[in-house]
Amino acid sequence: MSRLGMAIDTRKCVGCMDCVVACKTENNLPEGFDRDWITTEVSGSFPNLTMQIRTERCNHCSDTPCVSCCPTGASHIHDFGGVVLVDHDLCIGCKACVASCPYDARYIHPDGYADKCTFCIHRVENGEDPACVSVCPTYCMHFGDLDDPNSEVSKLVASRKSSVQHPAAGTKPNIFYLE
Amino acid sequence: MLNEITTSRSNHLIDPIFHVWGWEIPVYLFIGGIVAGMMIISGYSIMKGRITEPDCSCRILPRISFILLSIGMFALFLDLEYKIHFWRLYTTFEIKSPMSWGAWILLLVYPVLIANILMAPPEYLNKYIKNPGNLSKKFRENRFILNATSYGNIVLGLGLGVYTGVLLSSMVSRPLWNSSLLAVLFLISGLSAAAAFVHMIARNVVERETLARADNIFLSIELVVIFLFIAGLLNSTEVQIKAAYLLLTGTYAVTFWVFVVGLGIIIPLLIQTRAVNHKVQHTAIAPVLVIMGGLILRFLIVEAGQYSHWLNAHF
Repeated sequence: MSRLGMAIDTRKCVGCMDCVVACKTENNLPEGFDRDWITTEVSGSFPNLTMQIRTERCNHCSDTPCVSCCPTGASHIHDFGGVVLVDHDLCIGCKACVASCPYDARYIHPDGYADKCTFCIHRVENGEDPACVSVCPTYCMHFGDLDDPNSEVSKLVASRKSSVQHPAAGTKPNIFYLE
Repeated sequence: MLNEITTSRSNHLIDPIFHVWGWEIPVYLFIGGIVAGMMIISGYSIMKGRITEPDCSCRILPRISFILLSIGMFALFLDLEYKIHFWRLYTTFEIKSPMSWGAWILLLVYPVLIANILMAPPEYLNKYIKNPGNLSKKFRENRFILNATSYGNIVLGLGLGVYTGVLLSSMVSRPLWNSSLLAVLFLISGLSAAAAFVHMIARNVVERETLARADNIFLSIELVVIFLFIAGLLNSTEVQIKAAYLLLTGTYAVTFWVFVVGLGIIIPLLIQTRAVNHKVQHTAIAPVLVIMGGLILRFLIVEAGQYSHWLNAHF
């Protein structure tokens, strides 16, 4: 069983939003809704300030509160790579999964179902990278199997200083931010 | 030290302030709580053999519970974004999902309420049921049905009351909700609101006195549980400490101190203590305050819980 994930190099990300546009185009997202987005974090005390720009999305966690709380089984973990998906046909739009995500990565699609990043599973199953990864002009996003020690993402996570979002939430995210 | 986070995301109901649940959920949680309390009171009265007494509240509580619960479920239905799929709730049982537990508990509550109603059917049922008096007599004299209705009321009432809190407390994403005491708080608040309601409508003087005394105990326990709930948050992680301060001194402080603690618990507790000691007459003022306090508590917890977040930027 593989565990698909990402390593995102925050030193290379310039916040160009190509990933955001690629996602919206590839997945035909409704206007005003995003499955991925750019976050800019400025921290420190003037003049010693640091700025991190990063592209964010569903963390496809290994411990998934959004799947656990779903009353119909619509939120589920896909056999292929442990990707967290929503079966739109089973979803009742109760918003429990939206509320249970510490990253606010989900939203309610105008058609009524919960929606989120799928890692472009339709592309990945055909051997392609997710749309966001494939268009990144700075090559800051790396996608692959985190359970394979020889994969590019595993090597990057092992060799570089990295962090995940809100580790104390206990969700075991599979997106690592290289610092 | 500066820590400023900006995002390009602007998803509806998520940004800039997370607010996916409106009035429907707190109304449903309140109704679930008060119905849970009414079922426990009714079940206890049946256990004590009071169903045959013509002025026992256990003859009218299941009717009120039935109507209230239906209103609550309608509010829940209104909250669904994919309404025509609501039946999907009953095509599976997801053991880890409190909402799935709740959906099935609600389905079990109705037969118990109906059995309870049929033990003392209202007169308008004469039009639909042949000889309802005979049927209710059979129900009341059948030991199995009597016990099943009594214990069913109590067990399902406890389940319903606890579930309304577990629904929120299971969400690690919202620091204010992430306390197992929330289930105890909602259960005791539901019991308190139900006792206040019976105190207000009871025709039997002894029952009214008993329920007023019981409500005083429930309100006192509720105060202790609120204290423990806040103390637990204050002794937890940074985000939970900040969530506690949302209630203590932050955005929701006035609602918390004035409407929930003051007008919802302390004032009615003082009034009812004087009433049961025969210093003042029993009036509807204290029960109404308790019931309103219970409703406002659900609104407060749902609203403030959605506001509390792992991202410091939201505080």
